[in-house]
Amino acid sequence: MKAVISVTGKDNVGIIAGVSTYCAQRGANIIDITQSVLQEYFAMIMLAEIDRLSIPFSQFVDELTALGREKGLEIHTMHEDIFNTMHHI
Amino acid sequence: MINTADILETINMIRQENLDIRTITMGISLFDCVSDDKKRLCANIYDKITGKAERLVKTGEEIEKEYGIPIVNKRVSVTPVSLIGGRHDEDVYIEIAKTLDRAAKTLGINFIGGYSALVEKGFTEGARRMIDTIPEALACTERVCSSVNVASTKAGTNMDAVNLMGRVIKKTALLTKDADSIGCAKLVVFANVPQDNPFMAGAFHGLGENECAVNVGVSGPGVVASAIRRAGNCDLSSLADIIKKTAFKITRVGQLVATEASNRLGVPFGIVDLSLAPTPAIGDSVARILEEMGLECCGCFGTTAALAMLNDAVKKGGVMASSHVGGLSGAFIPVSEDEGMIHALEAGCLRMEKLEAMTAVCSVGLDMIAIPGDTDEAVISGIIADETAIGVANTKTTAVRVIPVYGKGPGENVSFGGLLGYAPIMDINTVSPLRFISRGGRIPAPIHSLKN
Repeated sequence: MKAVISVTGKDNVGIIAGVSTYCAQRGANIIDITQSVLQEYFAMIMLAEIDRLSIPFSQFVDELTALGREKGLEIHTMHEDIFNTMHHI
Repeated sequence: MINTADILETINMIRQENLDIRTITMGISLFDCVSDDKKRLCANIYDKITGKAERLVKTGEEIEKEYGIPIVNKRVSVTPVSLIGGRHDEDVYIEIAKTLDRAAKTLGINFIGGYSALVEKGFTEGARRMIDTIPEALACTERVCSSVNVASTKAGTNMDAVNLMGRVIKKTALLTKDADSIGCAKLVVFANVPQDNPFMAGAFHGLGENECAVNVGVSGPGVVASAIRRAGNCDLSSLADIIKKTAFKITRVGQLVATEASNRLGVPFGIVDLSLAPTPAIGDSVARILEEMGLECCGCFGTTAALAMLNDAVKKGGVMASSHVGGLSGAFIPVSEDEGMIHALEAGCLRMEKLEAMTAVCSVGLDMIAIPGDTDEAVISGIIADETAIGVANTKTTAVRVIPVYGKGPGENVSFGGLLGYAPIMDINTVSPLRFISRGGRIPAPIHSLKN
């Protein structure tokens, strides 16, 4: 199972480091990252394998949201299937 | 890797444009609960509902979390109670209503549907007794929803039932007068009622259904309105395409949630209801879609055409996205539950007659309309008769959910709270159809019902 982690907010030092460190601690394996910075606005999308998470997925979602809030970022973590079903036939 | 723009589009739909799953409704058959003993009957009903739907709310919340899509309501619909009560007296029907209410509270769901009767051709004795108890049942319960089907294209219209329902609605308004006659907000009169509708107040678990089924109702008026806004000044062919594409995406999410819920609950998937169901929240309105299409205000001339096109495009877009489509499937036009409708009413642009015309091309009917408390019961029966005629003649579902708010008149406001919303009371034509209504009997089925 894969999760899509989207991170948006004001650009700052260490955003990718913060999120990827958290993922590593929890056993989520990052398999792809795209990121862009438009003026001061930062947008990153990560695809992570979550089969070996050390905590329940719902807790992973909550903790990432909280991590985002701490750093003034919006982090949404969602099962990849919602995007696959919506955008692929 | 999934396209970044697609991901951001989905997130934007959910966060900014109010995309949600409006309801996961579990349909549960109560046929095997029947008993001559009233205590056993109620115990069977309670045990079956709370057993089958035990994990409904929790499973809904898990799916919500995992996929990041809000699932606003988790609900239960049951076999029409008039078919379960059998020879029992009125007081037992009331006990059944209280049992349903208790089960809903145990499960933590906000509505349970199925205090219903199907009388399009005539009344069984049980159905007659059950309908007589509707006002009291709605007054002494909080979460029970009731519906009565009084007409179908195949059977014609049972005008005795139409006549009766005028009285039932008035009595329900009286018995719930302390809460602005809210009982009437939980009572729908139908023509061509669908058997697998997941939306309240008209949901029940039909006769040819599985023992248990999961039906899902999607929503997303805000998403459609935003897509139209972004399209700018394109022609209507292009606009129809944009609506179809948007409806497709919305419905795919509904199908995903329905499949997941069905797997996790171990209950067969029934249908996805492709609906644009509004709420009183800003940015979640069907009326505002019509205005985005180019109307100055919903209710002006052109509204029926715009709604017809919207309704058709929603179905065309949604149908390919789901393996089984059912329920009501189309655009809803409730008044008190739609911020844009309320605005149109307050602006004096939306009248009852225009709403009636709109129901010929939308998915349901005259829905959540507050009318003066002193409206004569024959006038309410007249509203029902007109609405059923539209449904029967057009082979579509129509419905009436009007609230004659006790003690209040035109222009006064009424608030039902939550998703049921608020509205000013509509001034309506009060000239009497009494002699026509009280003739009783049946309006014969139309010629085009003879399809064999």
